Amino acid sequence: MRAVADREGVRDTGMEAVELDRRLAATWSTPPGLWGALSTVDHKIIGRRYIVTAFVFLALGGVLALLMRLQLAQPEARFVGPDRYNQIFTMHGSNMMFLFAVPVMQAMAIYLVPLMVGTRNIAFPRLNAFSYWMYLAGGLLLWIAFAVDTGPDVGWFAYVPLSGPQYAAGKRADIWAQMITFTEVSALAIAVEIVVTVFKQRAPGMSLDRIPLFVWSMLVTSFLVILAMPAIMIASTSLILDRLVGTHFFNPAEGGDVLLWQHLFWFFGHPEVYIIFLPAVGMVSSIVATFTQRPVFGYLAMVMALIATGVLAFGLWVHHMFVAGLPRLGESFFTASSMAIAVPAGLQIFCWLATIWAGRPIFKTPFLFVIGFIVVFVIGGLTGVMVASVPFDTQVHDTYFVVAHFHYVLVGGAVFPLLGAVYYWFPKLTGRMMSETLGRWSFGLIFSGFNLTFFPMHILGLQGMPRRIYTYQPEMPWSGLNMFISLSGIVLAAGFLLFFIDAIRSARSGPVAPANPWGASTLEWATSSPPPSYNFARLPVIERLEPLSDRSDPLGIVEGLYTDRRELLITGVVEARAQARESSVGSSIWPLLAALATSAMLIWSIFTPWAVVWGSIPIAVALIGWFWPKGDPEDET
Amino acid sequence: MGLLSTGALVSGCNGSQSALNPYGAPAIHLENLIIGIVALSAMIWLLVMVMLVLALRRGRGAETEGRTSEGRLTMTVSAAVAVTVAIIAGMTIASFFTTRSIGVPQSAAVTITVRAQQWWWQVIYAGSDGTPTFQTANEIHIPVGQDIRLQLESADVVHSFWVPSLAGKQDLVPGRSNDLLLRAEKPGIYRGQCAEFCGLQHSHMAVMVVAEAPSDYARWITSQRADAMMPADPDAASGQAAFLAKPCAACHTVRGTQATGTTGPDLTHIGSRQTIAAGLLETTRGSLAAWIADPQTLKPGNNMPMVPLTSIELQNISAYMESLK
Repeated sequence: MRAVADREGVRDTGMEAVELDRRLAATWSTPPGLWGALSTVDHKIIGRRYIVTAFVFLALGGVLALLMRLQLAQPEARFVGPDRYNQIFTMHGSNMMFLFAVPVMQAMAIYLVPLMVGTRNIAFPRLNAFSYWMYLAGGLLLWIAFAVDTGPDVGWFAYVPLSGPQYAAGKRADIWAQMITFTEVSALAIAVEIVVTVFKQRAPGMSLDRIPLFVWSMLVTSFLVILAMPAIMIASTSLILDRLVGTHFFNPAEGGDVLLWQHLFWFFGHPEVYIIFLPAVGMVSSIVATFTQRPVFGYLAMVMALIATGVLAFGLWVHHMFVAGLPRLGESFFTASSMAIAVPAGLQIFCWLATIWAGRPIFKTPFLFVIGFIVVFVIGGLTGVMVASVPFDTQVHDTYFVVAHFHYVLVGGAVFPLLGAVYYWFPKLTGRMMSETLGRWSFGLIFSGFNLTFFPMHILGLQGMPRRIYTYQPEMPWSGLNMFISLSGIVLAAGFLLFFIDAIRSARSGPVAPANPWGASTLEWATSSPPPSYNFARLPVIERLEPLSDRSDPLGIVEGLYTDRRELLITGVVEARAQARESSVGSSIWPLLAALATSAMLIWSIFTPWAVVWGSIPIAVALIGWFWPKGDPEDET
Repeated sequence: MGLLSTGALVSGCNGSQSALNPYGAPAIHLENLIIGIVALSAMIWLLVMVMLVLALRRGRGAETEGRTSEGRLTMTVSAAVAVTVAIIAGMTIASFFTTRSIGVPQSAAVTITVRAQQWWWQVIYAGSDGTPTFQTANEIHIPVGQDIRLQLESADVVHSFWVPSLAGKQDLVPGRSNDLLLRAEKPGIYRGQCAEFCGLQHSHMAVMVVAEAPSDYARWITSQRADAMMPADPDAASGQAAFLAKPCAACHTVRGTQATGTTGPDLTHIGSRQTIAAGLLETTRGSLAAWIADPQTLKPGNNMPMVPLTSIELQNISAYMESLK
């Protein structure tokens, strides 16, 4: 790489490795202590924080699930009353979708994408810090509200008018709507960072056809977030306006429309499923390639399938509204489009099967979770084809069949790969290995517990059991299966408990991991475990899709970067040719202050519209502080 | 299929509520579609599992064997995708034709309006050729073997009408009116319940469809059109007086008396209905008394307040309610 204009400073050209590490660490490290923790912009620290927080929400959501199963184990049980039960299932759904599934996938990307594309920090690092604080505030808002009996109780899709001013008194529905705002802001921020990181910060030579599949999946996911989230933002804001200042967006008596909510919600809500699923596809691809010891079969087909899924995801929302009374011809179109998405999904499954077929599988825990994923997700995909059919759906919509279906898709399709991914990337994140023995046990318990818990729900649904009921009458033929499901839920919970125990124990005292414990071939394994604050001492140059696959041909490196300022290499979108060197911002407390100011305004605005006026002042102050010119010279091209 | 045989165990005639126990043409069409698609899907899943197991076993011990060429893999994967497309197209077409067969025909013999409320079903039989309109609650009588058009409306939030043994579900959306074809081939009682979450008592919002021979149906219509009977026995007569004097009449109608409230269900013939409180309890004098005495314990959050009554008043009002056949 060439050096351009001169600047006072120390370049890394020809520098000794030890000296280089020392200088880079001095430039990039997060200062120790509380101030450092609050002001850090290191994508690895923020990513790790995000992941841990998301798993805490997973555990809390799981506890709610157990409470529901306790209540439903017997007919007309009085363990939880209807009011609390409605809060519990609403919390479970909202928490799992908005505070666990989407954030955890994005969090994995925050940590891994910069490493996988060979750069030193994510794009817009301060926005990244801001995103985490917003997410945390949204999560706390929801859970504190629930703790003081003000948890939302209108379902995770909060249909109007039930969630409107007339039927949802108090602040419960507002809490839900505002929690959505928090998670929207944080998710949109990450999506923008990922897109820019992938487009402009890839290591030189990582042309579009050398981008790892996980990075591709996160790129497509980020576009889905950017395109889908505005719909829910409009919906939740209109709902708050209806509730707070008496607009009538959703009030049919005043010219509003009830189904408008459903259209807006599902225009976001269906892509949401793929926002959760596509990252999992990337994780599965990474794991399959490593544990079959060969590249994933059909790289181009896999990328095309990702993009096709992303496009089709926006053409299916009406299948959530098949019984709302829309014109039949329009519904048939949505049947066709919903079924069509099985084609790219099928293609991906076939490519993985071909990879396994042609490879030499190693049966380690991450790979076990991938096998479990294929077994379970294919069932979820097929029941998805079923509910895509309008007439079929008229019998199963809003029943336990659908509850079974989306758990097969979301747990089977996303949580199984995620758990595999945790076992896979744990050594990279922590520098320690998780236990293979406990991993196998936890996989076995989760896999069997999951199927025993959720498969019978298909039958319950066909037997006429609607979802979201807090109890059922003894004369209904559902008690046997419900008891069975509740008992199976204990097995599933035990599996998760074991996973958490293993993760916590291993993080403290697991065996120390080498840089590349699995013999994987993507860039994140080229640096130490855990990576240093600057990720790579020398930025790599990429010459093939799997840069680490050939040990006889070591990575090329970039030289000539400054070591006394945080410097990144900016490259072209298509060929990833070096274009510019750009400084990356350092630690700053302003993102936290901006997040606090924004949170205060958003929460205050649940109570009075004037909050938007007065609450904007601290936000403006925080943003001025954030963007105050730093006096850096223009970046060099 | 374990899944289907389990469904068949559910008792058929009394209060059946299962998509796998169809007793009406629309539900029968749907069951055929469900069985067809589930069977096909089960085969696909098995096929994928066989491929998975073979792939895993092949790779495991195959260090020395020749690897499959990329070309052959491409052929196989392409063929699998082509088969997927064909199956998807087939299912789409099957579902299109089934949709047509469950559409509401113009020629439906009877139209009944169902107006859902938190948490009960108001059922309105419109009078044709000058006969008066009457209302009932949570119980819909239909003649067997005839196409019935339900006109579905909501008074408050979104609900969903679902009697799985007779037809698929259809939402009741405020500000809109939806149609549903209902048809029973055999006399019997078919249970359904609200399928769209509608608040606190979504769980206790059942509806009974009573399908009967046309002659029985005609008799039922005649008796329902009539005003409420004047109570014959003295308990019921005092009950009527108490009912009219207490707040009951502010919310409920008993045709032929001064009770003309419209917030709660029409009670003109409540004694003739199978259940009270939207399928919660079988209609007996005891259950009526229990309900009136403390509706909030039996169905927490419902819109009926507890009206303070002496035990005598309670007994008499229950007797009166029971007498309203």
